Amino acid sequence: MPDMTKSQSGGTAVDTAADAGPLQAAADAVLAPGDVSQGKPRSLWGDAWYELRHRPLFWVSAVLLVLLLAIAAFPGLFTGANPRDGDLTNHFLTKPELTHFFRADWFGYDGQGRSIYARVIYGTRASIMVGVGVTAVVTLVGGLLGMVAGYFGGWIDSIISRIVDIFFGLPFLLGSMVVLNAFTERKVYVVIAALAFLGWTTIARVMRSSVITAKQADYVTAARALGAGTGRILFRHVLPNALAPTIVVATIALGAYISAEATLSFLGLGLADPTISWGIDISDAKDAIRDNPHVMLFPAGMLSLTVFAFITLGDAVRDALDPKLR
Amino acid sequence: MGRYVARRLLQMIPVFIGTTLIIFLMVHVLPGDPIRAMWGDKAADPAQVASLRHEFGLDQPLWKQYIDYMVDLFKGDFGKTFGGRPVSEEMGMAFPVTLRLAAVALTIEIIVGIGLGAWAGLKAGRAVDTGVLIFTLIVISMPVFVLGYLARFIFADELGWLPPNVQDSMDLQQLLLPGFVLAMLSMAYVARLTRTTFAENLRADYMRTALAKGLPRRRIVGVHLLRNSLIPVVTFLGTDVGALVGGAVVTEGIFNVQGVGNLLFKALGQREGSTIVGVVTIFVLVILVINLLVDLLYAVLDPRIRYA
Amino acid sequence: MRGAKSAKWVALAAVVALAATACGGNDSDSGSNDMNKGTADPNGILTAQLSEPQNPLQPANAKESQGSRVLRTIFSGLVDYEPGTGKLVYVNAESVTPNKDSSVWTVKLKPGWKFHNGETVTAKSYVDSWNWSANVTNNQTNSSWFQDIKGYSDVHPDKGKPKSDKMSGLKVVNDNEFKIELNSSVSYFAYKLGYDVWAPLPTGFFKDPKAFGEKPVGNGPYKFVSWDHKKMIKVRKFDGYKGPNKAKNGGIDFKNYTTADAAYSDLRSNNLDWIEQVPTTALTNYKSDLGKRAIDEEYSAVQSIVPAFYTKQFKDIDPKVIQGLSMAIDRDTITKTVLHGSRTPADSYVARGVLGYKAGALKEQVTYDPAKAKALIKEGGGVPGNKISIQYNADQDHKPWVDAVCNSIRKATGVDCVGDSKPDFQADLNARDKHQVKSMYRGGWVLDYPVNSNFMRDLYGSKAAGNTSGYANKEFDELANKADKAATLDETVKLYQQAEQVLAKDMPAIPLWFYKVNSGQSNKVLGKIPYGQDGDPIFTDVQVKKK
Repeated sequence: MPDMTKSQSGGTAVDTAADAGPLQAAADAVLAPGDVSQGKPRSLWGDAWYELRHRPLFWVSAVLLVLLLAIAAFPGLFTGANPRDGDLTNHFLTKPELTHFFRADWFGYDGQGRSIYARVIYGTRASIMVGVGVTAVVTLVGGLLGMVAGYFGGWIDSIISRIVDIFFGLPFLLGSMVVLNAFTERKVYVVIAALAFLGWTTIARVMRSSVITAKQADYVTAARALGAGTGRILFRHVLPNALAPTIVVATIALGAYISAEATLSFLGLGLADPTISWGIDISDAKDAIRDNPHVMLFPAGMLSLTVFAFITLGDAVRDALDPKLR
Repeated sequence: MGRYVARRLLQMIPVFIGTTLIIFLMVHVLPGDPIRAMWGDKAADPAQVASLRHEFGLDQPLWKQYIDYMVDLFKGDFGKTFGGRPVSEEMGMAFPVTLRLAAVALTIEIIVGIGLGAWAGLKAGRAVDTGVLIFTLIVISMPVFVLGYLARFIFADELGWLPPNVQDSMDLQQLLLPGFVLAMLSMAYVARLTRTTFAENLRADYMRTALAKGLPRRRIVGVHLLRNSLIPVVTFLGTDVGALVGGAVVTEGIFNVQGVGNLLFKALGQREGSTIVGVVTIFVLVILVINLLVDLLYAVLDPRIRYA
Repeated sequence: MRGAKSAKWVALAAVVALAATACGGNDSDSGSNDMNKGTADPNGILTAQLSEPQNPLQPANAKESQGSRVLRTIFSGLVDYEPGTGKLVYVNAESVTPNKDSSVWTVKLKPGWKFHNGETVTAKSYVDSWNWSANVTNNQTNSSWFQDIKGYSDVHPDKGKPKSDKMSGLKVVNDNEFKIELNSSVSYFAYKLGYDVWAPLPTGFFKDPKAFGEKPVGNGPYKFVSWDHKKMIKVRKFDGYKGPNKAKNGGIDFKNYTTADAAYSDLRSNNLDWIEQVPTTALTNYKSDLGKRAIDEEYSAVQSIVPAFYTKQFKDIDPKVIQGLSMAIDRDTITKTVLHGSRTPADSYVARGVLGYKAGALKEQVTYDPAKAKALIKEGGGVPGNKISIQYNADQDHKPWVDAVCNSIRKATGVDCVGDSKPDFQADLNARDKHQVKSMYRGGWVLDYPVNSNFMRDLYGSKAAGNTSGYANKEFDELANKADKAATLDETVKLYQQAEQVLAKDMPAIPLWFYKVNSGQSNKVLGKIPYGQDGDPIFTDVQVKKK
């Protein structure tokens, strides 16, 4: 066993799912009980797909995700109402009309007299974009650094590992505030930058551990003996076998990043008008919760549903990839 | 073992210096002049601002501020707030509150999390198992601020079972609701981890041996299964303690808990560098030490792991 | 905004008195109201909400409302204001009289006043206190309040060390008389003297000002008892008090709360006798929750949105455009819905209850008229970029009204409007100070002293330190100068009213609404809690029921 920094949990001061704690738990669950990569590479993915097809939760999350992606891509198809324009004189905090399917007043109106249904629909895009964006950046940056650290070891590993440690001590709020203030706009890419800035370490750790395991495998030694170059070994032999845990953690993390965006927006640090975000709407709704809980219920429900879809998918994939859990 | 611990302790030094330095720089980078802001919307008097900046050492170059702070820190002096009170005093009030809340949360995590996980693990593949799985997924999907407001709305505002705010952190009843909200996420993970290891160990050889020896089921589950299954759970809980001690900005904010999270949040708003760096310093130390302890604990619990 | 509240005036405006059916404790229209039943307990203790004061309790160091709430119970100044009329009343002063051109003021003290430690209050107690507080090296946040006094620049130079520790304008005549010489004439100087900073200090203060700040000794209606940090500050009635505003209760326990929610639930269960402000979550219900115990009063503060005149967008703007934007805001509906009646639409640059406030000083400029708004903007050449933003800070409760104002402007005029939120007040302030606001920003002003000049000269004078928008208007500056030099207060006030009409044409800011106190009291309080102009209660007049 290598140096056991793996158990280090992070996440300071903001109790959000963006914390590395739970992600680390997911990573542990993948890694700890015998590494996935010990299985036969070829049949692993085939087995996984076979396994996935037989899991109802996988289908639930898959259908949900397709629907959410469609909403994010074409919100106009789902509602004709304008999410930004409110009418205080007629619609201030109107209760939902639960039988008016897909109409502007389906979920009622919020404190600005805006259609909650329209806002819930239009808010999907920001959340999905942040989730996917952060995951992409984090997987690239964290994955690369983790791979380099794990494969080369020695002083390179020491330096990268210490940087990772340092980032774990940073308070989530402080970190995101600094990034946010570096940009004047409060758009989606800024939030992606803020979350990626704090979030890359988790993937780096997972990748590092699985690369360390994978590089000790016999076929890597064989490839090296045959005179294969570093690049070839890394990308043809080590990476494919170390990828599974990273994919699992990244999928689960995607849900967590969406949740983190909402938390940032909720704290007034994340997205801002004119971008529509569930986090902002939930924050706006908190003052009305006593008499009009519906204003918070719908965006909160939609947010939780989206996070649920991604986390469940990641969960199903992990179970499918790990033969020991069957 | 001794060499391993020594190496780990040495590794803490650059991490500690790096973290504090970065925090120091970050606070400095944030826009806003804490001294100027004392005047709020009203106009500030530049001469007075300059004089106050001097008093708090803010007119020094940044590197000197950092070194001065670190030197004082090693003397046990965390500096003072803009109100002139020692930061150590502020932290001395906030940390016990957060610790009490963390204790409540941890208890809930252990009892509910392990209980649920063991139940599901023993009935792996059955309806109970699926039920627990879906429950944990739902819990994990709910951002903590949603959970917090929901819990407060239901249990405090509507049902009136628990007080909505923490006015006195010595009152256990007041800490129940925030403790519960804070515990939920980790509780779900503890449940899942427990379930997995339980289900795995149920099929282990030693279980078959114990069964063959004719030991009663209660003893098998209670002693053999539980002890072997709890190793990863214990390590997870260990790291979770580290996170809990750091305070929780959202939960503490929603329930008015005067803990470290709140202290940090306020200090950030006031750009009070001394408090921010102080809190984070303690937090980083706690995390580093807990990580070391957890890794050592792992070796104690699992004889297969040896540190050279 | 609340954090920056700093003034101390205890004048009850006529308006407030009218709005609040009663004040003081003789509610006449509801005889059956049990709020007024029972007898007063002169030794009853009141519990009031407070959050931890930011600074030690030194008179010139309370820039925020919390510290100053405690300070004003412990100290009495020279003057105060008569409830209802806003006229000056003498407290510790027997008289404060100006010379012919209001440049030298003579203060005579009522003899025989004592500090809580038995020391006599003399002219020297005042002069020493002011000299110390004005001194730049003593780091008092309110030191610039003394800038009118001659010799201020000696103790408070713009740069470097002070040349002297005494202001040459302050001269002790005898134990009960001193003279204040000003740099130039200020007709309303006596009005300024009501603020916290002008309090006298006992000799013990100067030995260890910091320790004193933890255990202040004053000359006011209450004496300080204890300060348990972040928990409680206790003050008790001072029996030797000789002023007109003797405490009608036995003392106050200021209990520390960090959220309005927590304080509110304690108020509902009568564990707390007074709260600062009802939490936003309860604004719609508090009147039904509390019934007659609810408090709903106006105070002298105004909220506005201010164009940043240094931006390209507003540099050479036609005032008609700003007027059009102003008329596109449906103040009535917004205050009633989004703000839950916690503000009333503004009709002037000067807040109600301030000397010189003129109802309807702004008429059509603040009347919602979408058609005319659109026409005016078009006439003025439109908004450059056809898009504005309103900068605010997200850590206070500004988002709802900013969103509503933007929505109203968008709908009425077709000009796009978005909220530009800064994470916290510091970032917001920083952008304003450094002239980095992109378009418009939220502005707020709570009175410092109840004269209309405070709402105009200090904000819109081209050289005023409070003018952060880069606004400059020669006509206004000239009128303001003339007004300050006027021989009498009446004249000053009138000239400022003229100046307000200049502003009304030029629109240096769009006034939105005046603030209100939405609060409540427990059933242990006898009668209604009387309020001052700054939105804080007059604690000395609160009576506690006998059990």
